[in-house]
Amino acid sequence: MTRLAAEGLSAGYGQTPILRDLTLKVPTGAITAIVGANACGKSTLLRCMSRLLRPSAGRVVLDGRPVQGIPTRALARELGMLPQSPIAPDGITVADLVSHGRHPHQGPLSRWTAADDAAVATALEATRIVDLADRDVDQLSGGQRQRVWIAMALAQETDVLLLDEPTTFLDIAHQVEILDLLVDLNQSRGTTIVMVLHDLNLAARYADHLIAVRAGRVHAAGHPDTVLTEDTVRQVFGVACRILPDPTSGRPMMLPLGRHRTTADPSHRKDAP
Amino acid sequence: MMAAGAPRAAVVALRRRRRGRVATLAGVGAMLALACVLSVSLGTRSVGWADIGAGLLGRTDTMAQAVVAVRVPRTLLACLAGAALGLAGAVMQGITRNPLADPGILGVNAGAAMAVVIGIAWFGMATLSAFIWTAILGAGAAACFVYVIGSLGPGGATPLKMALAGAATTIATSSFTVAILLPRNDIAGGVRSWQVGGVGGAAFDAMLPCLPVLAAGLVLCLMSARGLNLLAMGDDAAAGLGAGIARTRALAALGAVLLCGATTAICGPIGFVGLVVPHLCRLLVGVDHRWLLPFSALTGAILLILSDVAGRIVARPSEMDVGIVTAFLGAPVFIWIVRRRRVRDL
Ligand SMILES: Nc1ncnc2c1ncn2[C@@H]1O[C@H](COP(=O)(O)OP(=O)(O)OP(=O)(O)O)[C@@H](O)[C@H]1O
Ligand SMILES: [Mg+2]
Repeated sequence: MTRLAAEGLSAGYGQTPILRDLTLKVPTGAITAIVGANACGKSTLLRCMSRLLRPSAGRVVLDGRPVQGIPTRALARELGMLPQSPIAPDGITVADLVSHGRHPHQGPLSRWTAADDAAVATALEATRIVDLADRDVDQLSGGQRQRVWIAMALAQETDVLLLDEPTTFLDIAHQVEILDLLVDLNQSRGTTIVMVLHDLNLAARYADHLIAVRAGRVHAAGHPDTVLTEDTVRQVFGVACRILPDPTSGRPMMLPLGRHRTTADPSHRKDAP
Repeated sequence: MMAAGAPRAAVVALRRRRRGRVATLAGVGAMLALACVLSVSLGTRSVGWADIGAGLLGRTDTMAQAVVAVRVPRTLLACLAGAALGLAGAVMQGITRNPLADPGILGVNAGAAMAVVIGIAWFGMATLSAFIWTAILGAGAAACFVYVIGSLGPGGATPLKMALAGAATTIATSSFTVAILLPRNDIAGGVRSWQVGGVGGAAFDAMLPCLPVLAAGLVLCLMSARGLNLLAMGDDAAAGLGAGIARTRALAALGAVLLCGATTAICGPIGFVGLVVPHLCRLLVGVDHRWLLPFSALTGAILLILSDVAGRIVARPSEMDVGIVTAFLGAPVFIWIVRRRRVRDL
């Protein structure tokens, strides 16, 4: 079952094509992770899917309707998008920024309601930033700021949530926490989640569906078990690797192999200085 | 998650913030009333309370009462012009995401002034409503011109490029205005005193045709408050939250141009109010445009009224035009803003 899909999508900036005849289906109610090398077009793909960028050919379909034809505000109630590097307005507080997530739910003249308060409060609690509510966003650490942006996307309460690298800037504890939070959201509300991740192991563990993008095309898509293979990693990232089963989840786990330190290290002995 | 009955910590924090702003609003309103009283009672000639009361009722029996009768429309004009410029400045800073945006710095007032001078010199324009519409046209043309020039090249419309394009446009239009006036001794004197920017010659019937334009500008600007909040997060995030980017920008810009054009038509170009006021208000109420815009209007009115009063007092027995006073106040603030921000941002 698919609500969101891209059909023969081509897009770019100016003359250079970035996405080339890309087709994909986002499984509804599941977590999809998009992986790929830098500059392969992941952000461009997300921007097309959220209608921020008009494709030069093909289309993005939400519930059978091309997204280009859906009014902006109506689309924003269905589909939320967290860009890769959003700008926090100078001097805005955490509470105010997160409150912006309620915008698509408010009419031009309607007042702020208790439901809006509740949605904002839930988002602040879920991302554990209640204590930061009165702080200025530009005075936060990169990781705290990232959680504020995620809280804003949560306050939007959309059925589909697109996140471009939600775990950048986060330490490992917060990366795991954010991903757990997204799984909670997916399980409790059935939110369809599409996220760009750079950590292949976390992607394989947390995603139900993995899409590997290479040079503006879908190189492989499917269950992480079938997508995260030594061949795929070599073709998509140009890196040799070993794939082992993750001892906790059973999902594939990738160990990259560089040019150095690929054999057992002789200094790694108990009697070494 | 907590029970529905107990107010959650996060909700309490949200509500506390709103209450603080309402208190500040009351304070600013009181200051505006005080500024109006000062403006009516202070000046080159001081008047007593009895005269003020009588003058407000329209009596002009004594000299002092006549002075009050002149100061009342003057105060009202300073109030309207200050509110319009403060609001327009806040809106322009929002549209362009540029802390240096101001109707003066972006060349909008100068464009309006040039259009009016061309109208007077070349087309013999004489009616007030013609002044107003010509000024609006000039303001709109200058705004578009500066935006296009400032967006050229890599990086789009960065604050510094916009400020430079605006400064260049101001210089160009001002020199052009001077060139037009040079051979025209018949109109030069009147135009020059208007060009400094002042509220001295205010009269109720001269303000009347401006009111509908100012009202339209006010409504357009206040309606775009939420859209401006979203624009502040960058176009992508704003569109993702359901903002119509182009429409928000166009409507808000139209509102600002109406305000600047109408104000310039009656008072001449008054600079720096639109720059100083929004920055001051951000310190008071934060960056939410639903609060920032009304506060900027109120504070702009206060600032212009007080500047006008100051201009009357410092240069006794003569008067200093309000445009000069605001320039004195605004220039240091401009430097402060530029210094406060990291160079990367500009
Ligand atoms: N606004 C833009 N204007 C012009 N070119 C752009 C723009 N944004 C991206 N590009 C180009 O499009 C290509 C793909 O960019 P995109 O942001 O989609 O990559 P990405 O896969 O998200 O990379 P990363 O992992 O580094 O985020 C890059 O070559 C980039 O230079
Ligand atoms: Mg990217």
